[in-house]
Amino acid sequence: MLDVKLMRDLWRLRGHVVAVALVVASGVALLVMSLSALTSLSATTDAYYQRQGFAEVFAGLKRAPERLATRIGAIPGVQTVETRITAFATVDMEGISEPVTARLVSLPAAGREPLLNRPVLRAGRMVDAGRDDEAILHAPFAEANGLTLGDGLRILMNGKLREVRVVGLALSPEYVYAIAPGGLMPDDRRFGVIWMAREALAAAYDMDGAFNDVSLSLLHGVPPEGVIARLDPLLERYGGTGAVAREDQASNWFLQNELAQLRTMATILPTIFLVVAAFLTNAVLARLIATERREISLLKAFGYSNAAVGWHYAKLALAMALLGVLLGWVLGAGLGRYNTELYSDFFRFPFLHYGPSGAEFAISAVVALGSALAGAASAVGRAVALPPAEAMRPPAPAGFRATLVPEGLARRLDTPTRIVLRQIARTPLRSLVTVAGVSLAVAVLVTALQWGDAIALMVRSQFSDSQRQDMIIAFHELRADRARHDLSRLPGVMSVEPMRIVRADLRAGAHLHRGALTGLPRDAWLQAIHDVGGWTLPVPPGGVVIGSALAAKLGVSPGDRISVEVLEGAHPRFSIEVAAVFETWIEMPAVFALDRLNREMGDPPAFDQAGLLVDPKVQDALFETLREIPGVSAVVVKRHAVATMFETLGETILIFTSFFVVFACALAAGVIYNAARIALSERARELATLRVLGFTRWEISYILIGETALLVLVGLPLGCLVGWGLAMLIAEAFATELYRVPLTVLPPTFGTAVMIVLAASIGSAALVRRRLDRLDLIAVLKTRE
Amino acid sequence: MEPLSRSNSTSSPPAILRAVKLTKVYGHGASAVHALRGVDLSLVRGELVVLLGPSGSGKSTLLNILGGLDQPTGGEVLFDGQPLSDADDDRLTRFRRERVGFVFQFYNLISSLTAVENVALVTEIAANPMSPREALDLVGLAERANHFPAELSGGEQQRVAIARAIAKRPEILLCDEPTGALDSQTGVVVLEVIERINREVGTTSLIITHNVSIAGMADRVVTMADGRIVEDRVIETRVAPSAITW
Repeated sequence: MLDVKLMRDLWRLRGHVVAVALVVASGVALLVMSLSALTSLSATTDAYYQRQGFAEVFAGLKRAPERLATRIGAIPGVQTVETRITAFATVDMEGISEPVTARLVSLPAAGREPLLNRPVLRAGRMVDAGRDDEAILHAPFAEANGLTLGDGLRILMNGKLREVRVVGLALSPEYVYAIAPGGLMPDDRRFGVIWMAREALAAAYDMDGAFNDVSLSLLHGVPPEGVIARLDPLLERYGGTGAVAREDQASNWFLQNELAQLRTMATILPTIFLVVAAFLTNAVLARLIATERREISLLKAFGYSNAAVGWHYAKLALAMALLGVLLGWVLGAGLGRYNTELYSDFFRFPFLHYGPSGAEFAISAVVALGSALAGAASAVGRAVALPPAEAMRPPAPAGFRATLVPEGLARRLDTPTRIVLRQIARTPLRSLVTVAGVSLAVAVLVTALQWGDAIALMVRSQFSDSQRQDMIIAFHELRADRARHDLSRLPGVMSVEPMRIVRADLRAGAHLHRGALTGLPRDAWLQAIHDVGGWTLPVPPGGVVIGSALAAKLGVSPGDRISVEVLEGAHPRFSIEVAAVFETWIEMPAVFALDRLNREMGDPPAFDQAGLLVDPKVQDALFETLREIPGVSAVVVKRHAVATMFETLGETILIFTSFFVVFACALAAGVIYNAARIALSERARELATLRVLGFTRWEISYILIGETALLVLVGLPLGCLVGWGLAMLIAEAFATELYRVPLTVLPPTFGTAVMIVLAASIGSAALVRRRLDRLDLIAVLKTRE
Repeated sequence: MEPLSRSNSTSSPPAILRAVKLTKVYGHGASAVHALRGVDLSLVRGELVVLLGPSGSGKSTLLNILGGLDQPTGGEVLFDGQPLSDADDDRLTRFRRERVGFVFQFYNLISSLTAVENVALVTEIAANPMSPREALDLVGLAERANHFPAELSGGEQQRVAIARAIAKRPEILLCDEPTGALDSQTGVVVLEVIERINREVGTTSLIITHNVSIAGMADRVVTMADGRIVEDRVIETRVAPSAITW
């Protein structure tokens, strides 16, 4: 029979039930979404890597004879060795004036299937053995540039323009995240991967019987560090630039980083929703039990045990949570699938394993039901503790005290406002839950919306404060200093600034960072050492200026020394003093004077990259000329880099933000509905009395909604503050060596978050207010509460 | 029949509130309940009327309609000569706010407000109120002004409710079983207050009760049964409430 009562209670309290269920559903959906996307992406990645033989160690070098492969294969722990020829080249395409860079990758000679890093053909076929005019394009690159099978394109290979035909389109585990060297985001229009026959590349780059790239797979369970330690010395005399393990391979690094961020989302955000849901459950049950004192005592008088009564109310809490769990499962599974598809589209997986393990559903249900029970515990406890006789008596009239508001001020307030303030003061815990719910909704939104602010700031800092050049040209080989003058004579070039970047191991004590040294002229101004605080540091004559993230990793501060082992040329080793540390959000730079760098390298004044300031009116003529210049490996146009970064991040952020808007609205609406509905249930009689006494609907609405509105008003600014904290927490959790998301929230972000929550609150309160129009004025004249 | 207008008729004193052929039917068809079956009633300025009748006789329905809380099915209510029966919600609210004072069986004080604040609640929205203190003084509770309802006895709460009802200087005071929840001794104190207000302030008062003993304190006793007025009797000599017991 109690179950019949349970069903009727659920129906009678359906507004509350739905409100609680919505909040639970939001938390469960977030949890299921994040966890299922995480599981699916991990599984997809693993399967992809496994099927295509994604290597575990990668190394680049200048040129080594093929027979070195045997010695590499003899390193203990190595399973497979695959040598390749790779090169950066500029690509000339019909109708595209801007420079396009490609990474050329050789496919094994004689048409053999690659042992490692096998591309997955999406269309067409592999290149025919020995053909030097056939190419397979990275599918996203082809799509972005409107290229398809049979199309031709011209590649500037080692100074010679070569016509090739597209015979296949492929994806590769090595380029899940196809990023140009030094880039921050994939830009499929301007950077792509092109696979060609080994013979073709060997001929173009003078690599007959030689290689300049090697990948290894290892025997099961062998850690890569030991193998790298043996591989590096082996490659050193062949111009090895230092091997990296799979975890540091650019594409995989980005991918793993995304997964880590999903993991963070899966922990922080659902927790917020489920904690609020627990408090809501408590508030709803506490109110229900307060109005059902007589029924409870009656049940006990009939002989129902404490356990039976307690279980009855606990079931009510569980039923509310269960509804939320079911809703959350459906929503979360859908969103998880959508999310996974979004990711796999972004990352270009050739297939997708959307297979939630089932664990995410179980975990979310256990957590949600557990938090509902925890929330219900104290209210249920009160029902259980109620002695039958006690319960038969009506509850003692609500005791009130003068508010915390000083009497002087209170006297100046009108009486309805005093009612509002005293109600809040009488139920501090419930008021706190409302404030917390509202502020967490705002906080979630601030966190979601500030990503846009942070990225805009990051981009501005990187691309306008730090990099003032319009484009950067990179060369295959070192250029003598006088080449600067050749560059400055190119059409539209207004200023030229040389730069040199060498790969290097930086060490301080036991700390090692495998990165790069950037050499800048002492009077550098196109590429500035810009601190995010807003100032620029000079290039020091002697020491090195390093980013704070690198300083932290190496545990050094200005005045300390760093030992450097350059991973290029003759691998010079030297020690330099840290001249200054500056704050930057992107990468872990170490900047050194260009003349010093050249000297340490044993080279005459030279550079391998140049920043250009260009007259935009003659840019196309410049592009035309650049195509003709031999030895150019890449041209990066800043405008495009900025646009791409915004485009890529913008899309992802927009989608995520809209999820968050929905969830935050559910949170705010759920909390406000419950608060206002409970207030109405407690005060219906008083409000009806006031109507009888001649108060208008709007005047009593003020009393009912005023309390909730005031709590919302407290919650909004608090939410901005909590949002700031949450954003900081997430920024810290998301910080990587490549970039650290700056903590910045612009006023419009706070404004938007506040407006959205306010709108959700108003909508939800209006729903409750409508009931005031149906108050039974006559009933209050006769009945006791 | 009395004239409909509030003319200076010499034949009878002017009626402040008049019900003409009031009917009220709840539900319809076979299950229809006729709560009022053609009630005619006039309340003259300054008089104290007791409306007697057993449960279900229709007296509460009549009070609800007279007080602007409910609309009759048929007939007319005239307040000060103006028809109330076709007034919309806004006009009825204004009517209750400005012209009528209500006293409930269960006091219905706002628990979060002190006695004086409960009175101020009404004086703040009234056009020409007395001060809340003055109203409390009239019911003899000036010294309890700053107590919350939970700190007052039932009788005290009802006196605060009366102070709240009369503070706006209503033209008519409608009391629905004002002693229904009180013991005899406390009830008498409450009746004394109502009688005193009627006498000193001149507020037209209508007390609904099923307690026949109260009838003696009225100028007129109207008795209802089965939705009709069955007796309308003028009391020649009002009895002081203190002389009443039950």
